[in-house]
Amino acid sequence: MAKKRKTPGINGTSSADIAFMLLLFFLLTSSMDTDKGLPRLLPPPVPKDQVDDDVKIKKRNILVVLINSQNQILCNNEFIDIKQLKDKVKDFVLNPYNDEHKPEKVEIDVPFFGNMMVTKNHVISLQNDRGTQYQSYIDVQNELAAAYNELRNDLSQKKFGKLFMDLDDEQKKAVQKVYPQKISEAEPKNYGGAK
Amino acid sequence: MGKFNKAGGREMPELNTSSLPDLVFAFLFFIMMVTTMREVTLKVQFRAPQATELQKLEKKSLITFLYVGEPMPEFREQMGTATRLQLNDQFAEISEIKDYIAQEKSSMKEEDAPFMTVSIKADKETEMGVITDVKQALREAYALKISYSASQKVN
Repeated sequence: MAKKRKTPGINGTSSADIAFMLLLFFLLTSSMDTDKGLPRLLPPPVPKDQVDDDVKIKKRNILVVLINSQNQILCNNEFIDIKQLKDKVKDFVLNPYNDEHKPEKVEIDVPFFGNMMVTKNHVISLQNDRGTQYQSYIDVQNELAAAYNELRNDLSQKKFGKLFMDLDDEQKKAVQKVYPQKISEAEPKNYGGAK
Repeated sequence: MGKFNKAGGREMPELNTSSLPDLVFAFLFFIMMVTTMREVTLKVQFRAPQATELQKLEKKSLITFLYVGEPMPEFREQMGTATRLQLNDQFAEISEIKDYIAQEKSSMKEEDAPFMTVSIKADKETEMGVITDVKQALREAYALKISYSASQKVN
């Protein structure tokens, strides 16, 4: 016959546009930002029938940090500024001079380090008022985390020559055992005032 | 001299765009991998508090979000300006948290459920009373791993 039949090719010039549209759609509907935050572990709930008997902790082992509704910070009955808090906490956890009023040191066996004198039983008790602003609560949480991070980094630098972040899991565990993060977010209490 | 024939004159060679769709598709897949779909439309105003000692949350599938803040201006008429809680796409009461967490947990793989993390995205001017209530509710729902969402502070 006259001509051979050819299958007409599909015009592909617009596929780039279609792909671009898809791309734009995903760019707009998705969020690139990774969520960041201060991780914390809540204590398990108290059974309802349990009588309210707080675990007896020796007074020297507790550091009470109280934030009032005016966002002021009281640290062991001392009115302090947020900038002082980190050093206070570091000093408390470290207890460099075996102070009577700072947490007692217990000898434990830590991998990599051998026997260490550690303030194992210390607790930082964080209490807040219902009227405290969230930002100042986060500020305090942040300072506490910073204190622990600095302590851990110092130790990691000394022992392994690396930052805490860069250690492997075993080493991290060991460092964490020397400086366990013990922040207790106390049961809510009402400190008077309206509401 | 056929080889060096310039009779045709100079013409700009046209850019070959036949591989452009492939390039764009490759880019598209990259974007799809590294991002997550924004699941909820925010109904509360939320400005993250600032902090420096932040840790990244890993494994997006394990994270449940809780939003706390004042209602957006368009909802002010119905809801007022008191601080509210948002679960998924709705305003919610503190008492609903427990059911919500249970529901989220059951939609996860069983082996993942213990690692569930609740990210509390609260406005920085929220009063701690609400946050404390939320925390108590989370404790009761056995969602003990939490994270206070915050943005990096620039000094």
